[in-house]
Amino acid sequence: MIRLQGVRKTFRAGESAIHALDGVDLEIERGEFVAIMGQSGSGKSTMMNIIGLLDRPDEGAYLLSGRDVAALDEHARARLRGSAFGFVFQSYSLLPRMNALEQVELPLIYQGVRNRRRRAAEALVRVGLADRIGHTPTQLSGGEQQRVAIARSLVVDPLVVLADEPTGALDTATGHEVMTLLSDLVDQQGMTLILVTHEPEVAAFAHRSVRMRDGQIIEDTGRSGAANAEGSAPIR
Amino acid sequence: MSLFDAIRIAVRAIVANRLRSLLTLLGLVIGVSSVIALIAVGQGTQKGVSDQIRGLGTDLIFIEPSAAATTQQGGGAAVLTTTLTHADAQAIAANGNPAISAVTSHITGETQAIAGANNVGAQSVFTFSNYAEVRDLEVATGSFIAPLHEEAGSLVAVLGSRVAETLYPSVDPIGQEVRLSFLAGRIVFAFTVIGVLEPVGGAAEADDQVFIPLLGLANRFRFLYTPTGEARVTQIDIQATPGADTEELKQQLTDLLLIRHNRTEPDFTVESQDDLLDAASEVANTLSILLGSIAGISLLVGGIGVMNIMLVSVTERTREIGIRRAVGATARDIVNQFVTEALALSVIGGLIGIVLGVVASLLVDGRTVGDQEMTTVIQAWSIAAAFGVAAGIGLLSGLYPAWRATIVDPIAALRNE
Repeated sequence: MIRLQGVRKTFRAGESAIHALDGVDLEIERGEFVAIMGQSGSGKSTMMNIIGLLDRPDEGAYLLSGRDVAALDEHARARLRGSAFGFVFQSYSLLPRMNALEQVELPLIYQGVRNRRRRAAEALVRVGLADRIGHTPTQLSGGEQQRVAIARSLVVDPLVVLADEPTGALDTATGHEVMTLLSDLVDQQGMTLILVTHEPEVAAFAHRSVRMRDGQIIEDTGRSGAANAEGSAPIR
Repeated sequence: MSLFDAIRIAVRAIVANRLRSLLTLLGLVIGVSSVIALIAVGQGTQKGVSDQIRGLGTDLIFIEPSAAATTQQGGGAAVLTTTLTHADAQAIAANGNPAISAVTSHITGETQAIAGANNVGAQSVFTFSNYAEVRDLEVATGSFIAPLHEEAGSLVAVLGSRVAETLYPSVDPIGQEVRLSFLAGRIVFAFTVIGVLEPVGGAAEADDQVFIPLLGLANRFRFLYTPTGEARVTQIDIQATPGADTEELKQQLTDLLLIRHNRTEPDFTVESQDDLLDAASEVANTLSILLGSIAGISLLVGGIGVMNIMLVSVTERTREIGIRRAVGATARDIVNQFVTEALALSVIGGLIGIVLGVVASLLVDGRTVGDQEMTTVIQAWSIAAAFGVAAGIGLLSGLYPAWRATIVDPIAALRNE
C-alpha cells in the first residue's frame, strides 16, 4: 500500500547540508503495525512527514496504493492527506476551546462529508470516550486528550494512522493504556498504524519494527516480527 | 469546506477572543458611525443654509453697497456711509423692465425693543409696504406697514414672532406701545405695534426683526437720510419675473446704477439668490468634505486595527494552522478561514456602526448645540460607502494575514508547541 523507493530528503542549514533521508526503500501493507525507531536526527520524523504528505521527497518515488504521490502539488497533497491519513502527535495537537466532538469533527469539515456529528461520536466511542464528548482539552487528562486525537485520526477512515511519539507526553501507565488502545484498533478493527518512537517498550507493541540511523534504514524485522537484514522488505 | 462551516469557524474564533474582537470592532464601529453621523451633520448644515437662503423669497436679486453700510458713532454724530438710496430703488422700479416683478429696499440697524419690564435686542428694518410680499413674510395678527403709514410718517412697528413673544408674553401686542432705542440709546421713540409676523422658524432672521416704515421719518431719523433728503438704504431687493434671465437682469441693474451713481466702477454688489446659494453650498460642501475626511481617517484606522489583529492571530495560531493542515485543510481553506474571520469582524462592526451612526444622527437632529440648531440629513450613499469601505478593508486586511498563514510550514507549526 505504501511504497518508498530511493527516497532522499536534504535540509540545508547555512553552509552544511543534512541528509535527513538518504536513499530509503520501504514497503508497508494494509493492516500492518510498524514501529519506526531511531535516535533523534535519525530521519524517522522526516520519513513520517513524507509518508503523511506533510513533506515532499527531494528524490525517489512514493507510491500510495499504486499511485505516485511524490510530485503532487500542495493542494492535491492536502486533499489526499485529509482522506488517507490520520495523525496522532506527541502533544495531542488539539485546538483550544473546542469540545471533544468538535475536535473529532474537524477533519470531516475539510472532507465536506455528511453525518459529521454521528461519525465523530462513533469515533469517540471507539476510543472509549463516549462520556467525554462535550469536554474541552482543559477538562481532559493527558491520556484522554491523546485518545481524542486518536479518534480524530480515525474518523475519516484513513488508509494509515501515523503516530509520532504518541506516548511522549504521558506517564508510563497512561502511555501503556494509549498503546493498548492503538494495538486493539489494529488487531480488532484492521487499522494500519505507523508509529514513530525512540522507546523500545512502545515499539514492542508493534508487529514489525524498522530501525533508522543517519537517514537510512539499518534494520527491518519484516511482518513476521523477526529481525531482517538492512534494506530488506517484506515479501508481498 | 462549505461557506456555512467557514462562517461558523470564523464566528467561533471571534467569540473565543471576546475582548480582542470587541476592541477591534470598536475601531470599525467608531469609524463607520462617525462617517455616517458627520456626513449627516455636513449635509444637514448645507440643507439648513440653503433653506435659510430660499426662505428669503423666490427669484430674488440683492443689491448691497460694496463699502458696507456702517453706523459710526464718532463725536456723537452718526454717519452712515451707504451710497444706495430709496431713489435708486424707485428708479429700478420705474425702469419698466419686464424681467422685474417687484422692488423693495430697506436699511437695517441694531435696536433695543422695550415694552414695560420686558426688553429684547432686535434688528430694526426700516422699509416699505411691499417688503412682506417680496420677502414672502406672512402676517399672523394685525397688518404689515401700509402706504398710509408711509404717507403720514406714522411711528408704527411690525414685530417678528420671537420679538413679540418676548415683549408681550401674556397680552395681545396689537395696539401696544413699544419703545425702540437706536444708536446705543441716543435716540428712543415710542412706536405702536400694528402687526406680528408668522414665525418663520429655523435660523431665519425675520423672527428677530422689527419692521418700521422708512418714509416720512426724515425729521426724526435724520441720519437715515442724505443731505439732499433721500432715504439711504442698505439693501435693494428685486424680485425677478419667474423664468427671467437673472444674469442678464443683474447686468442691466448694474448698468442702470452705474449711470445713476455716475461711476465707472460699481460701489455696490449685485447678487442673485442662486449666487448666495452657490457660495453657501460651497462652504457647506467644504465642511462636509472636511468632516467626511476626518471620519474616513478614523475608519481607516479602524481597518488597520482589523489587519493588526488578524496578523497577531496568524502568529498566535501557527499551531492551530498546523493542526488544521494536518487534518486535511488546504491552503485555500486556511485563506478562506482568515478572510472570512476578517470579513465577519468588519461586517459585524459595519452593521453596528450603521445603527449607531443613524441613531446618533437622529438624536442630534433638531437639538440646539450652543446657539446653533443642528440639522442632520442621513445620506443613503454615506451608509453604503462606509459599510463598503469597512467590508473592503476587512477583505484586504484578511488577505495578507491569510497569505502569511498559508506559508506556515505545517511540520514546523506542529512542533511549535
